[in-house]
Amino acid sequence: MDQAEWKLLKEIADLEKTPQGAYNIRRNGQLDSRNSTANIEITTKTEPGKSGIDIRIKPGTRHESVHIPVIISQTGLNELVYNDFFIGDDCDVDIVAGCGIHNTGCETSQHDGVHTFHIGRNSKVRYVERHYGEGPGTGRRVMNPQTVVYLEEGASINMETTQIRGVDSTKRETKIVAGPNAEAVITEKLLTHGDQTAESDMEIILDGEGATGRVVSRSVAQDSSQQVFYPKMTGNAKCFGHVQCDSIIMGEAKISSIPAIAANHVDAQLIHEAAIGRIAGDQILKLMTLGLTEEEAEEKILDGFLQ
Amino acid sequence: MLEIKHLSYQVADEAGGELGILNDVSLTVADNQFVVITGPNGGGKTTLAKAIMGLVRPTGGAISWNGTDITGLDITQRARLGVSYGFQQPPRFKGLKVRDLLSLASGKESLKREDACQYLTRVGLCAGDYIDREVDASLSGGEVKRIEIATILARGAGLMIFDEPEAGIDLWSFAKLTETFQALHQRREHTLVIISHQERIINLADEIVMISDGKIQKHGPREEIFPEILANTAAGCSYMAEGAN
Repeated sequence: MDQAEWKLLKEIADLEKTPQGAYNIRRNGQLDSRNSTANIEITTKTEPGKSGIDIRIKPGTRHESVHIPVIISQTGLNELVYNDFFIGDDCDVDIVAGCGIHNTGCETSQHDGVHTFHIGRNSKVRYVERHYGEGPGTGRRVMNPQTVVYLEEGASINMETTQIRGVDSTKRETKIVAGPNAEAVITEKLLTHGDQTAESDMEIILDGEGATGRVVSRSVAQDSSQQVFYPKMTGNAKCFGHVQCDSIIMGEAKISSIPAIAANHVDAQLIHEAAIGRIAGDQILKLMTLGLTEEEAEEKILDGFLQ
Repeated sequence: MLEIKHLSYQVADEAGGELGILNDVSLTVADNQFVVITGPNGGGKTTLAKAIMGLVRPTGGAISWNGTDITGLDITQRARLGVSYGFQQPPRFKGLKVRDLLSLASGKESLKREDACQYLTRVGLCAGDYIDREVDASLSGGEVKRIEIATILARGAGLMIFDEPEAGIDLWSFAKLTETFQALHQRREHTLVIISHQERIINLADEIVMISDGKIQKHGPREEIFPEILANTAAGCSYMAEGAN
């Protein structure tokens, strides 16, 4: 891997060297390197025409991690990848995914990833996914992640997705089905700039008694970028769901937040909060009185908001 | 030394005429003095304080700090020269933690936890409970106000202006705050200008400035001015009645 590729790995997975534990690094549409462990087995999909991997985590696996970063430095590469996770009962694992595109050419580079998680009873998963794009080329950088999660009884996922810079177009689709006493916590952070577009469709189905779902979405739209959010929370049993969407709008940007909450059970308690607004003038003034310039103040406010 | 000369701030009224928020205000505050500015609501106190910080652009007159004419400087430049201002109604920040704000105020990239805690303690906040909290809507008005005062303490600027620091603060915290102002003054390292209606704060001051109708009505040593204010209060003057509430 060259320096630009290592930089992508650092941005998306905080990796400066080959990670500990299980990992699968995909580079320019090919397997770069892989490591399975005694408890975590990674295999290449065998179905014809279906690119991707299966990750099988044995029941009772605790305090282990899997890194599955994807990096693209080849202009014009367009791929669709399926990654399926089968996580046994009583696990406690961290999964770090993410995609980085360094596009030096004039053709579009695109990564569409479909991640499906089957999380066993009482297992805890922390899933971190970062998307990042860069490069001097005029070619677009496109990422369309699709995440589907099935939580069995008592299972939980804590999902943090971040798209900070450089992704020209994204369409995110997230679907989570939570069984009895299962918990889904989703934190989504998104920043768009230039003429980028981002769409996030999210559907959380609280299917089992005692299921909980929490979504915190924070986004910043700068310049003439556009964002659309469709968070939907459905309660089919006695459950609790909370969706909070906050956006900062700047320049000529446009943001739409179109929430939906649907209760199909009398004991479903669902809450949605959404706000879109510009940076408050007095926030900038306050930080300027502490010696920051207007630009520094704005940067601090955005950093804090997306922290 | 803070020197304000013939400061005016005129705005257009509804009829298109000129409305004087500040009218020819001149005031000199010697180094390390503690001056309380008091007077009725709408009299021009906050506008004067904001004009010193650069948050309001005066339409006439001049302001200098430590011999430098700061009238044409922006907020950031004034802040870097040692002017600081605690907002009457501080903004909230979604995502910024109390510790972040104190670090920014102190100018240190990573302010030590114990230093940050010390500033919070001085405004009557139990540091451990607040240091990692976001300065957002989950904090009460009084809490945000005390954090605001803590940022000014952390900044440690030569000129500290506080705009009604007592507003929204409970009695117990207020006692702690007056102690803090007293200790700060005793160190004689900062010039303190505090807008206040509170007798306990006024009692700490070296000088009192009384502003109403955009003009300085009285300015002199506390011992001289305070009895006059109290006498006026007895005659039914509204501003002290408000302060007593």
